[in-house]
Amino acid sequence: MSTSSLSRILVANKRLPVKPVTMTSVSITRCLSSVSPVFRHDEDEHENDQQQKQKQQRLDSFRPRTKSFPRSQISKQSIKIQSPPILDNKVPELSTSSPSQVASNVTLMEEREQDNNMSTFVSPSEIMYTGDATIPITSRLHLVKPGEDAPRGIWPVFRLMDEDGSFRDGNNDGYLSNDEALEMTQDHRETSQSAASYGDSPLDQLRSTLCDMYPQHQHEFEKNGLLQPAKNNYADTQSNDTLARAHRQMVRLREMDKILQNAQRQGRISFYMTCTGEEAIHFGAASALNPSDVILAQYREQGLLMWRGFSLQQFTDQCFSNEADLGKGRQMPVHYGSRALNYQTISSPLGTQIPQAAGAAYRLKLSGKDAVSVCFFGEGCTSTTDFHSGLNFAATLNCPTLFICRNNGYAISTSVKDQYKGDGVVSRAPGYGMAGIRVDGNDIFAVHAAVREARAYALEHNAPVLIEAMSYRQGHHSTSDDSLRYRSAKEVERFAQHYDPLDRLHSFLKKHDYEGMNDEVLRAAADEEKMAVLDAMKKAERKPKPPLDELFEDVYKELPASLRMQQQELHAHIAKYPSQY
Amino acid sequence: MPCLFPRRISACILHQNRRNFRYMLCSPSPSIITSPFAVSNSKSLSSISLSPATVDDFQAGNTQRMNLFTAINNAMSIALQKDESAVIFGEDVAFGGVFRCTQGLREKFGEDRVFNTPLSENGIAGFAIGYASMSGTAIGEIQFADYIFPAFDQIVNEMAKFRYRSGNQWNCGGVTLRSPVGAVGHGGHYHSQSPEAYLAHTPGIVVVMPRGPKAAKGLLLSSIRSQDPVVFLEPKALYRAAVEDVPVDDYELELGKAEILQEGSDVTVLGWGGHLQVLQQAVDLAKERDGISCELIDLQTIVPWDVDCIAKSVRKTGKLIVSHEAPITCGFGAEIVATIQKECFYSLECPIQRVCGYDTPFPLVFEKYYIPDKLKNYEAIKSAMEFAN
Repeated sequence: MSTSSLSRILVANKRLPVKPVTMTSVSITRCLSSVSPVFRHDEDEHENDQQQKQKQQRLDSFRPRTKSFPRSQISKQSIKIQSPPILDNKVPELSTSSPSQVASNVTLMEEREQDNNMSTFVSPSEIMYTGDATIPITSRLHLVKPGEDAPRGIWPVFRLMDEDGSFRDGNNDGYLSNDEALEMTQDHRETSQSAASYGDSPLDQLRSTLCDMYPQHQHEFEKNGLLQPAKNNYADTQSNDTLARAHRQMVRLREMDKILQNAQRQGRISFYMTCTGEEAIHFGAASALNPSDVILAQYREQGLLMWRGFSLQQFTDQCFSNEADLGKGRQMPVHYGSRALNYQTISSPLGTQIPQAAGAAYRLKLSGKDAVSVCFFGEGCTSTTDFHSGLNFAATLNCPTLFICRNNGYAISTSVKDQYKGDGVVSRAPGYGMAGIRVDGNDIFAVHAAVREARAYALEHNAPVLIEAMSYRQGHHSTSDDSLRYRSAKEVERFAQHYDPLDRLHSFLKKHDYEGMNDEVLRAAADEEKMAVLDAMKKAERKPKPPLDELFEDVYKELPASLRMQQQELHAHIAKYPSQY
Repeated sequence: MPCLFPRRISACILHQNRRNFRYMLCSPSPSIITSPFAVSNSKSLSSISLSPATVDDFQAGNTQRMNLFTAINNAMSIALQKDESAVIFGEDVAFGGVFRCTQGLREKFGEDRVFNTPLSENGIAGFAIGYASMSGTAIGEIQFADYIFPAFDQIVNEMAKFRYRSGNQWNCGGVTLRSPVGAVGHGGHYHSQSPEAYLAHTPGIVVVMPRGPKAAKGLLLSSIRSQDPVVFLEPKALYRAAVEDVPVDDYELELGKAEILQEGSDVTVLGWGGHLQVLQQAVDLAKERDGISCELIDLQTIVPWDVDCIAKSVRKTGKLIVSHEAPITCGFGAEIVATIQKECFYSLECPIQRVCGYDTPFPLVFEKYYIPDKLKNYEAIKSAMEFAN
């Protein structure tokens, strides 16, 4: 790879064609299966042998090393950004940086001088997503309300934290509305009013440090739930540190996805869907909601359930369809649900949950509860009739619903280019008469802030909000999919290397030496979680299947006579062929 | 509680002040129920005779002349009164509904509880499911059953499977979807359909079709309060035309139970909804012309259906005629025939006959020929007797 040309791209202030980045094995193995997909589509007639060979070679090079998480390579490299044209190549000033901050900055620059391969990180003004949509960034949280001027051109994507773990200062935002300059000064005025109360915990100290480093974000830091300790200790981490739990659970979710994906490849479970690359959406949103907010998800939102308290054992029990599965083994893996955790059971049809979310919110409203319904779906789902009906109902009937769209670039093989013609999903919000905001789904702090504000708005106005969280589906659609058939490994690698939400949070934590966070600590955490997942999986595999009569129960509240008869017929049949069943 | 009069199969449960009082109210003279067009037949009205057991339980003054839409309106009014979470919604329900079923309810219960939705059947069904999933009672109206098809994904994939797939953690038993069905004389393709067969093929929902105002009120209250999602199909031809003395109190008719409207010994004739009026006429014709004694049964709940009642009747008579307006192929009659031939094979004295609509879209100008009318049913009854003898 031509490194000198890369540095030329970064310095020059004009658009240049995209240059490929050196591929690393880390990101690909993280997101794609480590074993060749068992499922094969019909052979593509047009694909010749050479292409097959090249593809296979590339795949072979992505086999995992013995360690599942070789992070050491990443830490030595600076984050390179690839395609976004740099409109403003100014390096953000770190005027009130702490000593360690300055030191790391100096290190980066030294590295650049020493090694031509390295380059400093430059905070981008825009992000290029799949479908060649280049979206300007704003670091100002603004919910576009009905009746307000919608953004001209493209709706900006709200982001607080950049890829290197530093917060934006807003000077190089690609988007600045006319009234923004005015409101920004108002934000600064508000910061002085906040009466900061800092405890002694590491999280409080981190918040204090951040407020010093980024005074323009002080107001946000005070409100951001990820930076506030919880009232009580969380059961799984035995601490009240919200941020650490979010990070830990992202690691856990990553490991769980990898292992259960492999379990399917090994034939131990029948099916699995990963959510690699979208974890910040899950934990950013989950940490901004109350337990009384009902969640109606699509099928790629397991992080929310994990945050609410679904254990690894419960996840694996459902995937293995054993007797402990709350769903009694009736549905495919990943179709989780928990009444206790206020998470409605997943169903496969796309979008059916959207009008249901409006109805659920209406009920919450009428019953006077201080709660919203939160509905998740992908961008592909926004083409369904249920999306249209659901949003229209929520708006006309004044339902306090959050509609959170995970725009991850693909609906199986259909890229966003074939899914819609307009500006993504959030641009439709004014058409429905509802508030909307587009947020960087890989920035956990931004997602949290957006969901928090949206929730408050929804409750105050009894109105729905549409949130479009921009992200990328690093993994396959499911274990029945081989995504390299319709997208390049280069593209996956680009997003995996630069826009990974876990990497970004990890960079942030390392930057602030939070709880001694470094690659070793992360690797140890990953290993611990991996062992925990494997342990849960082994236990789940050994548990027996649910009792046979669960086949007939719960179709209706009470077993009707016709089903009782069918049940008796089945038992009589099995009695005749006991060894066959 | 055991039934004091074994002839009466159905159980009318009279609620008083929502306490657990249950009175076995035996249905009054069948002529009231089976002649829903009683407004023109005052003779049957004056011939109310309550069996002695009901005199203490049932005050004659506690009824009111109601047509079908009034009875349905009354049922919903009672439901909303007693259940704070009950709401009614759909297209045009706010001003009273295109068939006046929701007349006056918005004024009585408020805009929050009786409201219009945008024009979207899948939205109505989905909204109902979501509302009910949070322990609410959702009464959604689909303006014509001909338009229920956009809602099919929600009904089949969500409503019917909601409890099962969650392992009984979640349920949407509070859903009742009401919709007018059936021939109306001038409805054509899209205002005359009876889609009960499509719905019946879906395990997990209950499908109910009343035959008249009195049954409708009791069945609707049962449906609304049922812990399973119900699709309640109302014969639109009867909205204004059918008038009965309907008890003003809160009462429920048991779901999943058929009702024998008229006992007989020769042929069992089975139908549901407004079509029973046609069947009553055919049965009367057979009695009058040929002295055939028919047992007329109203299925009431299409699914899960009362196999025992029908089978018992067929074992007695040995002959069965099923009749419905919907097209014959894969109509619900097919399910009845398949099950009954298995249950009652040795009792059958002749093949079971289905007298149904043809396999065509519901035609406008040819409606009279399309409908399985009283003469076609009379012919079927006669041929059943001829075959057997």
